[in-house]
Amino acid sequence: MIQMPSWLPVVYPEIFLLLMTSVVALVGVNASEKRLNLSYVIAQISLGLLALLHLNELQLAKTVYAMQRMVVIDPLGHLLAMSAALATMITLGFARPYLASRDLLKGEFLSLAMFALLGISVMVSSNNFLVVYVGLELMSLSLYALTALRRDHAVSTEAAMKYFILGALASGFLLYGLSMMYGATGTLDIPYVFDAIHKGTAAPQVLTFGLVFIVAGLAFKLGLAPFHMWVPDVYQGAPTAVTLLISGAPKLAAFGITFRILVEGLSGLATDWQEMLIVLSVVSMSLGNLAAIAQSNLKRLLAYSAIAQLGFMLLGFTPTVINVETANAVNGYSSALFYMVTYVLTTLGTFGLVMVLSRQGFESEEIADLAGLGKRSPWIAGVMALFMFSLAGIPPLVGFYAKFAVLQALVSTGNQGYIILAVVAVLLSLIGAYYYLRIVKTMFFDEPLDPAPVQGETAAVVLLALSGLAVLGFGLFSDGLMTVCRDAVLKAFST
Amino acid sequence: MIFLNLAIWLPILAGVVLLALGRDDNARTVRWMSLVFALASFLVTIPLITGFDTAQAGLQFQTNLAWIERFHANYHIGVDGISVWFVLLTALITVVVVISAWEVITERVNQYMAAFLILSGVMVGVFAAADGLLFYTFFEATLIPMYIIIGIWGGPRRIYASFKFFLYTLLGSLLMLVAIVYLYIQSNGSFEILAWHKLPLSMTAQTALFFAFLAAFAVKVPMWPVHTWLPDVHVEAPTGGSAVLAAIMLKLGAYGFLRFSLPIAPDASHQWAWLIIAMSLIAVVYIGLVAMVQTDMKKLVAYSSIAHMGFCTLGFFIFNALGMEGAIVQMISHGFVSAAMFLGIGVLYDRVHSREIAAYGGVANTMPKFAAFAVLFAMANCGLPGTAGFVGEWMVILATTGYNFWIAALAATALVFGAAYTLWMVKRVYFGPVTKGSVSRLKDINPREFFMLAVLAVAVLAMGLYPKPFTDVMQASVDELLKHVAQSKLI
Repeated sequence: MIQMPSWLPVVYPEIFLLLMTSVVALVGVNASEKRLNLSYVIAQISLGLLALLHLNELQLAKTVYAMQRMVVIDPLGHLLAMSAALATMITLGFARPYLASRDLLKGEFLSLAMFALLGISVMVSSNNFLVVYVGLELMSLSLYALTALRRDHAVSTEAAMKYFILGALASGFLLYGLSMMYGATGTLDIPYVFDAIHKGTAAPQVLTFGLVFIVAGLAFKLGLAPFHMWVPDVYQGAPTAVTLLISGAPKLAAFGITFRILVEGLSGLATDWQEMLIVLSVVSMSLGNLAAIAQSNLKRLLAYSAIAQLGFMLLGFTPTVINVETANAVNGYSSALFYMVTYVLTTLGTFGLVMVLSRQGFESEEIADLAGLGKRSPWIAGVMALFMFSLAGIPPLVGFYAKFAVLQALVSTGNQGYIILAVVAVLLSLIGAYYYLRIVKTMFFDEPLDPAPVQGETAAVVLLALSGLAVLGFGLFSDGLMTVCRDAVLKAFST
Repeated sequence: MIFLNLAIWLPILAGVVLLALGRDDNARTVRWMSLVFALASFLVTIPLITGFDTAQAGLQFQTNLAWIERFHANYHIGVDGISVWFVLLTALITVVVVISAWEVITERVNQYMAAFLILSGVMVGVFAAADGLLFYTFFEATLIPMYIIIGIWGGPRRIYASFKFFLYTLLGSLLMLVAIVYLYIQSNGSFEILAWHKLPLSMTAQTALFFAFLAAFAVKVPMWPVHTWLPDVHVEAPTGGSAVLAAIMLKLGAYGFLRFSLPIAPDASHQWAWLIIAMSLIAVVYIGLVAMVQTDMKKLVAYSSIAHMGFCTLGFFIFNALGMEGAIVQMISHGFVSAAMFLGIGVLYDRVHSREIAAYGGVANTMPKFAAFAVLFAMANCGLPGTAGFVGEWMVILATTGYNFWIAALAATALVFGAAYTLWMVKRVYFGPVTKGSVSRLKDINPREFFMLAVLAVAVLAMGLYPKPFTDVMQASVDELLKHVAQSKLI
């Protein structure tokens, strides 16, 4: 009798995903339209099952290590992996009609998207620096290839090149920083790195030197200023379906590795990295919000908005553990997690809407293309308005409660510096409100150029309605998700 | 209690229903449905006043449910003697506004009506909220429908006006958000506004809180010198928008002083009372003079609103019962009078399509019924005894005389200026010979317009002749508030 390996019950969602990805890839090779439909259905069903598996594990709320403690399975990992699976499902749902009408729906799209998701799942449950890196590269390489999906399109190709070169540079930074950590502590396992730093046996200069590279690498991946140069170009250049993919699940992964590396591994250096994060965050919010004002391209505007939003999210990482007192830190990180999950939800809806508005041979990418949408298709415009008000942080939409959660985490430290930081953050988000309002204005107050109603695919329109409802529903009833986020972070701390 | 919940959620649900079902080809049905919904929303507020226990100072008709347990925020609503009248005022004005839009709004009727119904529910929510986060949620949520109302149905510069309105008020309220978060932390994780009232705070903290709240409420009231958004917005907003803005939204700011600034930071309020009094007096005197030189009727009424709201803030910060009650009465009466003034201008604008005073003259000859109403409301606006406008102003001036004679003397000039700019406008618009062709072709008000103005006229006269029910209801709560404000909370 063959004995079941001990890691199988721990990582079975990832194994399942790997298997199904291979199936989707095989079915989708050189496929006819019918076979492609089949592989799409298989992909969606397996993603749905994957989300359920993670949900099931999330409810069990266990923390288990496997594969010589290379991977850790805890509620935080499951929450992020589940959200990423759902985000990928939504992405595929929006992407299918869009890609099909442009002859871009090929087997590669589905399988690469699922490989990216596999990379994300690996990243969020890694307990070892090398595993982080392996997951990161699996995700990134899939995304580089997807960006170049429209290969006869100059802007797309340029975006893909830029993404690849800067992404490789960022990975290099991260790898270099991680190797410094290895040099200083003699281990790649995150908990041992943590111990080594706390014992004070590691050389502080090497640690700090490595930390700078790690933070820079993470900032690249999160798209934070001043490491944000790729974000606007890639968002604008990639086919909108791929932009949607890039702006969704990978952000969750970036959150995951930021948490795993900085909090679980390097919290001994928190005084160093929290200052760097404050600078990154304030610069991102200022630059993102100011640059977004000048944009006329909707995708580019949303890219700058992403920079600003992630800057705000990062504020949640700045209150840290003070003398074993973890309350402030848990409060901050769980607020950041809530912010991230709800931001991804909103941004998926927003880009999904951009795709619904596009038709064959017409990319609805300019803000001006939205003119008069309130008259043409009041429902779609209404949902977009919900997204915009949510991103601007107006209650009762979820974006407000996310901002509120982060602000209260800052103020609850009782430190005057953090209160000033909170005031700066709200003032910068006031600037942000301007360009979100401008989109609402274009939709509702301007006259339409083309009075015909939008012809959206039923599936995409239903998805859009659901995301709109979610943005409103998670706002009015934010308690459930907030509690899940807090419990996940608490659990990650208790081990 | 069910009625207060209905007063909030019935209009909001009605708005959602209208958004879902209404189209421009069934505009007639949409109008009737809106009217029925608005009337129903008003009727459910009546038990709040008939069942009100005037002996009790605290909150009545309370509902307290867990909302966001992670932050110990509750869905806690209730009304006291101060807020209950505003709930009724909001619901009543919404009925009037729905009637006023009847034939005027022909495009996207369902969206227009839905925006006003949702706005009405949200504003009732502001007056009813007893939880800080809930208050902020309602307070900010008012911006969305108002922004849409101004932007879609407004005048030529509506986009500028809608942005100015949104960003100006958002700036103020964001600072209030930080203050609310600070109070939440200081009170060890509680959002109960009443718990914040008891919270001892140092002078530095109180001063910071006082100014953070001032930023939000002064913009909303609006007080001089942050009043500049109001004239721009009023001029561009559609008639209904102006009416709701002047009648209710400005009161949200004044109400905020009573709920937050005074009881939470009493020591800072006493210390900085001179500043508020000075700002109020400037509003009363200087803005009164500015109103006099306006050539646009809506702008004139907008400036007159600022001057009248100056009386409210003056009444709050002289810390006595008469002044405070007078200020609250002034808030309610200004709700009726300003709504009526803007609706009156709307009646003229619908016919002549001009808001310029110079475009009219001798309207009383062609529209005698309308002119009668207009003169009544103008008299109420200058504070003629027997109308609602008199009671509040007189109470505030009387109370101020006990506080400081010279402040009272300055405030009393408002009666002179108020009479001057209002009557001068009345003279130029309604009296004299008819010289303009457009005026000679005017038709008098139809039954719908008559009804809508009559409702407000009855309210203005009733409140002017017999204000006792209003003051009786608020007395216990005002006394309690003043007792609270008189005690130092310093640590």
